[in-house]
Amino acid sequence: MKVTNQQIQDMYTCMKKIRAFETKAMDVFAEGSIPGFVHLYIGEEAVAAGVCQHLNDNDYITSTHRGHGHIIAKGGDLKYMMAELFGKSDGYCKGKGGSMHIADASKGILGANGIVGAGHNIATGAGLSISYRKTDQVCVCFFGDASTNQGTFHESLNLASIWKLPIVFVCENNGYGISMSQKHHMAIKDVADRAVAYGIPGISVDGNDVLAVYEAAGEAIKRARSGLGPTLLECKTYRHRGHFEGDPGTYKPKEEQESWLEKDPLFRLAAYMTDTNIATRDEILKIDAAVDKEITKAVEFAMESPVPALEKVVEDIYSDIIEEVRVR
Amino acid sequence: MKKMTYGEAIREGMSIRMRENKNVLLFGEDVGAFGGCFGVSAGMYEEFGEERVRDTPISEGVIIGCAVGAAATGLRPIAELMFIDFLTVGMDQLVNQAAKMRYMFGGHISMPMVVRLPAGAGVSAAAQHSQSLEAWVTHVPGLKVVYPSTPQDALGLMLTAIDDNDPVMFIEHKAMYAMKGEVTELKPIPLGKGDIKRSGEDVTIIATGKMVHEALAASKNLEKEGISCEVLDPRSLYPLDKALIKASLIKTHKAVVITEEVKRGGYGGEISAMISEEYFDLLDAPVVRIGALNTPIPFAINLEQYALPNAQDIIHAVKQLV
Repeated sequence: MKVTNQQIQDMYTCMKKIRAFETKAMDVFAEGSIPGFVHLYIGEEAVAAGVCQHLNDNDYITSTHRGHGHIIAKGGDLKYMMAELFGKSDGYCKGKGGSMHIADASKGILGANGIVGAGHNIATGAGLSISYRKTDQVCVCFFGDASTNQGTFHESLNLASIWKLPIVFVCENNGYGISMSQKHHMAIKDVADRAVAYGIPGISVDGNDVLAVYEAAGEAIKRARSGLGPTLLECKTYRHRGHFEGDPGTYKPKEEQESWLEKDPLFRLAAYMTDTNIATRDEILKIDAAVDKEITKAVEFAMESPVPALEKVVEDIYSDIIEEVRVR
Repeated sequence: MKKMTYGEAIREGMSIRMRENKNVLLFGEDVGAFGGCFGVSAGMYEEFGEERVRDTPISEGVIIGCAVGAAATGLRPIAELMFIDFLTVGMDQLVNQAAKMRYMFGGHISMPMVVRLPAGAGVSAAAQHSQSLEAWVTHVPGLKVVYPSTPQDALGLMLTAIDDNDPVMFIEHKAMYAMKGEVTELKPIPLGKGDIKRSGEDVTIIATGKMVHEALAASKNLEKEGISCEVLDPRSLYPLDKALIKASLIKTHKAVVITEEVKRGGYGGEISAMISEEYFDLLDAPVVRIGALNTPIPFAINLEQYALPNAQDIIHAVKQLV
């Protein structure tokens, strides 16, 4: 699959945006500016960037509790994302969803999701919808290795394969389900092997190599768009942080962490770009500076946005019913 | 005017909308050429084809999940769960996804989907195929719930459920599928509009689903003894027609609430509590609540009939009230 220099630069920008957004989220969470839980995508950026490079605005994605990266790669607006993390009225969900529930229907983002494995089912429904309407859209379902132990994985891949739905099931295998390592939570090494049970292709790639992800995702998406059905694409990667901010990740051996830090997807891509003269060091620094500026603006936007008005709590439950409010 | 069975009316409601709107489709276990476990979708596969009347594998989670994903992307799916009891298997998709997506996403996504839920006992189907789980679904903000008791209501409420932009739980009593009734209107029945199935003066019997017919039978008997009962069928459990309940209580000042659910924690309890909280001044006596015994539904015919509430229980309750 051909990739242009411009596309490589775009993927770098996307990965840098994710890294910078997540690093900022980490900082503001540590300061106590954002409530709740935050699950960071640092270390896994190449997966979202390499896959979403192939997608159009009208393609769909389903995401996970670790969703910021997918949403940014699919074109989500950093301002509205950050405002949502802060629980503000200008956030994507008007402050009602938070980090785990960001969605943007106009970009085909069918939501981050707090239930591990729920996205498999929803993606299957979106795939049914595309297949029924006979458009050339595609739905990408992002999920982790541990979610493939849920029943939803089996139900969805089975149905998607018998109905030949245009879905790419992208497993971000970061080696852990919260604190439980892959070797303890499943008896196989490659999640991609599970594809055999559904009669669909199962491919395993280095998820920290954005070009490998780009190439494999491109084939799978092409297959989906041409009506040949779903693919299970496993991208092996690693999360640098804990499961959530506040989890020190003591279950991850030090040597393992160090070896993965050496394979950092962002630095690898930057080195590749300078080595192959796709971009100079200065050009990369310029991209970085522009991204940092955008992040600063997003935080300013989030901080300035008002908290939601209390009466809004009863809106948006239904299309037409507004529930009663509490009298205090 | 036309006579139709309850099952035919549900089918007619679905078919009317499917003829008009290509975005409406039906899927579930054996709903296709087989015509549905209870024959409700018989002939629809032939009329609408395999694309629009789809058999799914036995995978209740992804049946509801498919409805969620399809509704979020522009279709108006009708998902059939063969038995309401199987809701347990698909509960995450219903409760954590369908019901909450609009809210969690700040109102930016619509969820126009119908889940058909064949419910109720009386056919010796035992503990895993006979439950009345109204309370589970009415408890969840984001879901709407209807429960027709006649063919006319089944047809009208099906049209409404399909037209609605929120997830609507369509509870249908499996022992009523063959029940015939007149269908005079092919129009939607608005949600939150109850119906007085029998007008009376002395006591209001609020009944849902098959219990509406038990209430009518009890009323007939009580009339012979000079007691006049009003039978009120809310039809839609959420939103609930509180105004109709109030209007009836202004007349009768007494209420009996009967549902087929296990009494403990049932939606009948919610209606009773609402009356006690909001219309206490209208009451001459405490609200009486009738439900099934607090047991799983048993298999043997005599045990099942004993566990379920019926007209006799209503007669007993009304006599204590007046």
